[in-house]
Amino acid sequence: MKILVIEDDADAAAFIVKALREAGHVADHAPDGLDGYAQASEGDYDVLVVDRMLPKLDGLSVIRSLREQGIETPVLILSALGQVDDRVKGLRAGGDDYLAKPFAFSELLARVEALARRRVGQASEQTVYRVGDLELDRLSHKVTRADEEIVLQPREFRLLEYLMRNAGQVVTRTMLLENVWDYHFDPQTNVIDVHVSRLRAKIDKGHETALIHTVRGAGYMIRDGAR
Amino acid sequence: MTALGKLFRTTAFKLSAMYLLVFVLFAGFIIGYVAWNTRQVIDNQIRDTIAAEIRGLEEQYRVGGIRRLVSIIDRRAREPGASLYLVTTFAGEYLTGNVDSVPLDILDRPGVHETFYSPGDGTEAHAREAMAHVFVLPGGFRMLVGRDVGERERLDQVIREALLLSLGLVTVLACLGGWFITRRVLKRVDAMTETTRTIMAGDLGGRLAVAGNGDELDRLALNLNAMLDRIGELMTGMKEVSDNIAHDLKTPLTRLRNRAEEALRTATTPEEYARALDTTIEESDNLIRVFNALLTIARLEAGDAAPAAAPFDAAETARSVAELYEAAADEAHAPVTIDIAPDLALPVNGNRELVGQALANLIDNALKYGLPEDADDAHIAITARREHDGGGREMAVISVADHGPGIPESDRARALERFARLESSRTKPGFGLGLSLVAAVVRMHGGTLSLEDNAPGLRVVMTLPLSPEQEATA
Repeated sequence: MKILVIEDDADAAAFIVKALREAGHVADHAPDGLDGYAQASEGDYDVLVVDRMLPKLDGLSVIRSLREQGIETPVLILSALGQVDDRVKGLRAGGDDYLAKPFAFSELLARVEALARRRVGQASEQTVYRVGDLELDRLSHKVTRADEEIVLQPREFRLLEYLMRNAGQVVTRTMLLENVWDYHFDPQTNVIDVHVSRLRAKIDKGHETALIHTVRGAGYMIRDGAR
Repeated sequence: MTALGKLFRTTAFKLSAMYLLVFVLFAGFIIGYVAWNTRQVIDNQIRDTIAAEIRGLEEQYRVGGIRRLVSIIDRRAREPGASLYLVTTFAGEYLTGNVDSVPLDILDRPGVHETFYSPGDGTEAHAREAMAHVFVLPGGFRMLVGRDVGERERLDQVIREALLLSLGLVTVLACLGGWFITRRVLKRVDAMTETTRTIMAGDLGGRLAVAGNGDELDRLALNLNAMLDRIGELMTGMKEVSDNIAHDLKTPLTRLRNRAEEALRTATTPEEYARALDTTIEESDNLIRVFNALLTIARLEAGDAAPAAAPFDAAETARSVAELYEAAADEAHAPVTIDIAPDLALPVNGNRELVGQALANLIDNALKYGLPEDADDAHIAITARREHDGGGREMAVISVADHGPGIPESDRARALERFARLESSRTKPGFGLGLSLVAAVVRMHGGTLSLEDNAPGLRVVMTLPLSPEQEATA
């Protein structure tokens, strides 16, 4: 995956670029808004990581300019402003996701990969997700594993749906809170873990292969263990 | 600045100068008006006397011609306090009368004149004033009948003197009064200025003297004192916050630093290093949380920078947050009951995210501090309903209640303060920002927050005003 990091703080940029490369991605760096805009409009990137406060051209203007040009590369906004309405402003400017500084790298990586994946999946939104012998029908709201129906609460269904949409990818706790519950605050306690473990009990109990995995220090992933 | 210059600039001086002017003009007008009217009355009286005199003489003339007229005038002129008479030939030769001479041209012009004359006793020449009616009689005889107007002139003189005297008196009195009042007021204002100067120099405990007579200066002093009290409160609050920040942020920072140092000194295996780094990251995450909470509270309390409001359903927010925490509470063996009618809608204009976070904080608090000693009693109740407040407004009332130790009534106000950790919770993790964030969110939405006794336990009740336009359509 090809990622452009537009970030003026050299240390932070080096940290992100290095870690992205370690995770197996191609990562470029632009030190200011103008440079970033030029590189983003020329290069064929899968995801842009844009800092909000940039010299020469600020982050939101970079995104707006790109969108105006018809460049729809998904953008993850990084910001030291973690306030409630800053996120709204960022997303309104054309950003696709928002991450407040400071952040854990696992969080950044998970979000970048989710954005890239969303781009690929956008063309054909499937109505049925499949992971191993687990099947989720988004229209009939039916979940089956090995042809056996599993009854889920509405929230559990949305949780599983989000995990399966990002199958094979790490999703973090905050991503789950944002996408399943639509809250962006820090829950501080293990509320998400409890929900996932309940879902896991329904999905994996009595089956030889576990599909929902805990990724230490990062979050969760649903994948076909056999593969 | 000289004392006099200072006096001239004072408002009190300007005011007394203006009063002085008004009084002088007024006194002048009154006296002038009286003088003018008196003069008119006297003039009319003189005119009437002359006219009566003439009517009498006319009759005599008609009966006995010029000779009778002359003899009558001759007799009348000799009476004391008499009018003035003069009869001359056409050439101006004296025939009779008690007037020695008048300006010659007067006699040639019939009618009423004001003129000088010399009395018949020959004492003064043209020194006295008179009002005279001149006639030309057949045969060219001239007759003058008049009255001395010296009395009128003397009255004028008296009035002029009275005017001058009263003007002088008014001026002196007004000046004295103005000076006295100005000095009195100036002294108090100077005292106030002096006090404010010492307050500005750092003595925040100083207060302005209040005379107790309830005048304008007293009211000003009272208001300034009230303002100083408020400033003092705010300063104390600020100082408390900064003391708290110093203490509550330095403590975890110190812990963080100590752990890192200890790991450097004692760790030998990669696993030990990794563990030390893990705790370091965990501790810094906690610090970031504190910073975020502090920033959010500060921003909400600043008011003007509050996030844009949008309509949302507080009942849905309460349901979803309750449901979010339900599983975790079950794990903590604290069953949750959610009492929110399924069809209840609570349209509130505000920020769903913040209200959600406030509710999450309340439930989180209930899980952290609201668990009773006897674990079987643990229970958390979340309710939401619509209620009318005293003023007939519809309110969204959301409460979170637990069965824990509760908060004694005396501590409830303090529990909402930043970094407040009640004795009972000191041993548990937390920074004492949860409830103050809730309080700030509720304030931002124009609602109220109350801590109540759940007997046993604590019940926190958030009351938010419903948005009126939504209500109409609901």
